Amino acid sequence: MRNLLWAIPLFPLIGFLINGLVYLLSHRTKGETHGHGGGYGTDAHTAATAPDTAHDTGHDPGHHEIPFKGLHTVVGVGSVVIACVLAFGAIFDIGLKAFSEGASHSITLWRWIPLAVNQAVGQIPGSAGEWFVDVTLRIDSLSALMLAFVTFVGSLIHLYSVGYMGHEEGFGRFFAYLNLFMFAMLVLVLGGNFLLLFVGWEGVGLCSYLLIGYYYEKNYAADAGKKAFVVNRIGDFGFILGIFGVFGLFGSLDFQKVFAAAAANPAAYTPYMTVICLLLFVGACGKSAQFPLYVWLPDAMAGPTPVSALIHAATMVTAGVYMIARCNVFFRLAPNAMIVVAIVGAFTALFAATIGVAQNDIKKVLAYSTVSQLGYMFLACGVGAFAEGMFHVTTHAFFKACLFLGAGSVIHAMGGEQDIRRMGGLAGKIPRTYRTFLIATLTISGVPFLAAFFSKDAIKAAVFHAEFQAVPWLPKLLYAVALFTAGLTAFYMFRLLTLTFWGHFRGTKEQEHHVHESPATMTIPLIVLAFLSIVSGYVGVPIIEHGDRIGEFLRPIRLPIAGMPERVHHAPLSIELGLMAAAVAVASIGIYLAWSWYSKGEGRTPARLAAEWPGVYRAVAHKYFVDEAYEKVFVRGLALDGGRFLWEVDATVVDLIPNGAAAVTRGASWMAAAFDQYVVDGLVNGVAYALQSLFQLFRRAQTGRVQNYALVMGGGLFCLVAVYLLFR
Amino acid sequence: MNLSNIPILSIITYIPLAGALALVFLVPKEKTGAIKAFATLVAAIDLVASLPLWWAFDRARDGYQFVEKASWIPSLGVNYHFGIDGISLVLILLTTIVGLIAVYCSYSAITERQKEYYILLLLLQTFMIGTFCCLDLFLFYVFWEVMLVPMYFLIGVWGGQRRLYAAIKFFLYTLAGSVLMLLGIIALYFYNTSGFLAYKGLGNAPSFSIEHLTAVAAGMPAELQVWLFFAFFFGFAIKVPMFPFHTWLPDAHTEAPTAGSVILAAILLKMGTYGFVRFSLPMFPEAVRNPRVVGTMVALALIGIVYGAMVTLVQKDMKRLIAYSSVSHLGFVMLGIFACNMAGVQGGVLQMINHGISTGALFLLVGVVYERRHTRMIAEYGGLAKQMPLYATYFLIVALSSMGLPLLNGFIGEFTILQGAFARNFWWAFCAATGIVLGAAYLLWLYQRIFFGEITNPANAKLPDLTVREQLTLAPLVLLALWIGLYPKPIFDVIRRPSEKIVQAVGGTALEPPALAMKAGAASPDAVAAAPASRP
Repeated sequence: MRNLLWAIPLFPLIGFLINGLVYLLSHRTKGETHGHGGGYGTDAHTAATAPDTAHDTGHDPGHHEIPFKGLHTVVGVGSVVIACVLAFGAIFDIGLKAFSEGASHSITLWRWIPLAVNQAVGQIPGSAGEWFVDVTLRIDSLSALMLAFVTFVGSLIHLYSVGYMGHEEGFGRFFAYLNLFMFAMLVLVLGGNFLLLFVGWEGVGLCSYLLIGYYYEKNYAADAGKKAFVVNRIGDFGFILGIFGVFGLFGSLDFQKVFAAAAANPAAYTPYMTVICLLLFVGACGKSAQFPLYVWLPDAMAGPTPVSALIHAATMVTAGVYMIARCNVFFRLAPNAMIVVAIVGAFTALFAATIGVAQNDIKKVLAYSTVSQLGYMFLACGVGAFAEGMFHVTTHAFFKACLFLGAGSVIHAMGGEQDIRRMGGLAGKIPRTYRTFLIATLTISGVPFLAAFFSKDAIKAAVFHAEFQAVPWLPKLLYAVALFTAGLTAFYMFRLLTLTFWGHFRGTKEQEHHVHESPATMTIPLIVLAFLSIVSGYVGVPIIEHGDRIGEFLRPIRLPIAGMPERVHHAPLSIELGLMAAAVAVASIGIYLAWSWYSKGEGRTPARLAAEWPGVYRAVAHKYFVDEAYEKVFVRGLALDGGRFLWEVDATVVDLIPNGAAAVTRGASWMAAAFDQYVVDGLVNGVAYALQSLFQLFRRAQTGRVQNYALVMGGGLFCLVAVYLLFR
Repeated sequence: MNLSNIPILSIITYIPLAGALALVFLVPKEKTGAIKAFATLVAAIDLVASLPLWWAFDRARDGYQFVEKASWIPSLGVNYHFGIDGISLVLILLTTIVGLIAVYCSYSAITERQKEYYILLLLLQTFMIGTFCCLDLFLFYVFWEVMLVPMYFLIGVWGGQRRLYAAIKFFLYTLAGSVLMLLGIIALYFYNTSGFLAYKGLGNAPSFSIEHLTAVAAGMPAELQVWLFFAFFFGFAIKVPMFPFHTWLPDAHTEAPTAGSVILAAILLKMGTYGFVRFSLPMFPEAVRNPRVVGTMVALALIGIVYGAMVTLVQKDMKRLIAYSSVSHLGFVMLGIFACNMAGVQGGVLQMINHGISTGALFLLVGVVYERRHTRMIAEYGGLAKQMPLYATYFLIVALSSMGLPLLNGFIGEFTILQGAFARNFWWAFCAATGIVLGAAYLLWLYQRIFFGEITNPANAKLPDLTVREQLTLAPLVLLALWIGLYPKPIFDVIRRPSEKIVQAVGGTALEPPALAMKAGAASPDAVAAAPASRP
């Protein structure tokens, strides 16, 4: 099975090709004749994300025949399920134990970019041999972990989409994009070198763009897609420079080679590592939505909800964490870069959580929650707890996917409504959705013995015990931030739960009538994910012997660096338990406040607070006006006004070169013409006139009379003879 | 395949000329169908004739191949001298491919004076291929100049509203540059023989052989090299076009008919970059080593990248937008070339091809809607994705290739160029990489304005999707883009030797040490051999 590694991304790629071609051909002949938005399950899903669109919930639920729906379903879901089976086959073929002992397996498909590079001064090009980048797929414990949850969650979400997108005209297009995403994500995870990672990285970005803009006729969706791509490109700008740094430094981009080289000879590389790591981190900030590049992720909610669950919660956005965990050798050689990572992570976690408190769109709350949780993961990486970060990536994939799919189910039930102020009391009406959502909410809030309790606790403990030589007091501050953020998380998540499912219904009669539980294709994934949200934490139980299985599994990734002893931390049990108690206490406070304010108090306290602190409320509700500032400074100011200014320069100043030359030439030509006319011509004409006058004399001789000519000839002859005779 | 006994290069060069003559004399101008079919046939034959070169070309050999040589003007040392290396080879193949596409895409776009139109297209093809084949500087100059004539008429007769202004600007601007280049050629010629001004000649027999003159030029005093470098520079830089000599390009592109824009973008602009690679670098290595000269060149390239992209962002006319994006893209090519290392030069050459593919395809795509709507203004469109899904798909792939998405061609070129630039100077790569961000911005915004949103303009509501013929013009370019993106090795193999030669010509001297690299005791990557990081 391990030799079928190449087939894992191949099947989704084939799925993409089939779905894409069939969709294109079937729509080429028929054309999408009917207007979009037909059917309650269509564009109405996201209608409410746009402030300017009406809530078109009252659509006529006419069912259109979707061409080749069966084929799209089988190919779209089947290809990913096959990939999932192959992935688990490969993982178990190598064996979990072997992975934790450092086993890996790679296959090189073809030589991709051959570069004969002459790097060194005076070196004859090519003499150092050819440097190249191969298309190499590799599985090791880190890839295996990612591979497992990406294909598994991916399969569930594909299945869910069959129900959720069932009435969409663009059903086939959706599955084509989703398959392409799986392909790119699997290339990202399996790529054995930086460039292949980058291929997947850009590929998932493209799919994210396409899927956010799935409802491309809505301007806000198209805008959001473009924003996501461009902001990600800003991150990639740093990432690619970082890759060049690695290539320049090591002459290779292969993960195994560069990390082994750096670990074996750290002194040679350390001086460059801070720069390289910071550049790589810029890339991670873009993809994983960290401050200041987080702005695209909330807008990305314009995409269909399964997309939000798969791409913008469970898989793609964690790629930045994956990349940093992958490069942990580099980061460990760059303690200053680590501090930056930790600070940015902690700040993003807190910042996004505060915004999440005041959002009223169910998906926006979850989006800011995702940004915040990603901040947690970066915080973990920043303090060197890479395995703990990946642990949280994994549990987050389950509970956040569950939350998003649950939100999708709610939106589906509400006929496209996303504003939690118009919900309430849904618990009894959509019980399966409610129960799974409740479990996932309890998990993310850090309720003991659920998944995120363990993963978040692992991160907080690591932060608490971290040591920054440059700023010794920083870890404790970061810990405080992390703890406070955990409380905020519990608060806004229970606020969301309360407003959505508890209390009485606040929407329209029509909506109330419409509410219904989702079909099994949607609820089964919810139940599976809820189950995993409960149990997935038990791979990383602290305190007990060999409880931290995931840490052991990922240990081989953390190559020992020569001359740098690994700090093994054995905190006293009392401290470990104390940290846990603090986490539980903070979560309880958050949950209690949310419950008492929004359920018991029916929102009176927050309303009063908002009235008392209007400035603060406005700032938080408007996400601190960051989007507006970016729009004004970077988009309108720097890019568009700058572009217009330069265009003006182009038309006036730069175009002076040819136009000025033309003008000078024209002026010179005019002067030349004048000179020609008056001076040159004058001279010529003057001479001509003089000659003409002279010849006027001779003209007289031209009488045309023969006897005159005879006379002249006779005279001439006479003269000649006379001269001859005289001077002989 | 043995092509050594037949003058294959001349055959490829003159097939279009012969076809043009046949059109003149044999096909009456009323029979437009026959004219189109015949012109297409000629271009197709030319493509088929050029393809064997790809297989017959010996990648391992240095120097020029398929050489043809005959004396032309013995008293001046002028020879009819053809021959190609890997760089010319890929450009010739690009020309024959794009040439066929240009003929085939004009069927419905050109309705007047069709006979003259196709004759000019075929003539242009001969001159372009000839330029890439020349090994004699005199002959080169002849082809280089005469190429302007058909292009001038293509823009001036079949162009848009301001076609005369654009055609004259194009003609005079590029001519002005060429004249300076001619001065340089003459100076070089006399330096080889008797000398001029204060420079003592070598007393050699008169010659215009590029190989010979390259060797002679490389031995010239440094200050003379700098003078001649700049004489050639104007000829090439205007053609590329480099900032600030680019303003003819938006006008010419905007006014030219679709096929004219395609050829202009895909081939004609490459003449300039080809000139730098073929002449400027190997002939004047002392000048290229001069930090001020390189600094100027790189600065112009970087300004071109960023400035071009910024101006592209705010364009309202599709063709003008793509024209400005060419300024940005060719800035990348120039950056790679003047990085003067293997990655840079190879990337630059590859990016010439990539730009030809991507931008050529973009102009074809604009032509598709222009024929339907007769407007190039972006604001006139919107929401086309629903009405023309196939068109939207092609456009997306081409736009992605142009913005350098991995697994498509543009990425390979940009990556290689940036790698080369990075090895020279971190800040070069840094500035250039901003062009990648802006590239995504202007292309995606363009795409959004054409395809997304609802159809608000009723004129767009009934637009037919791509015809089979239109798809046939686009599909080869898309396939090429995918091929190069997935497996560029064959192209790298072909351009490697000549690139090496160029880098050797300028290398071996005080190229600045790379930014980060190699100081860390990794001067040769084998230094890290203690770790398994050494290359296999």
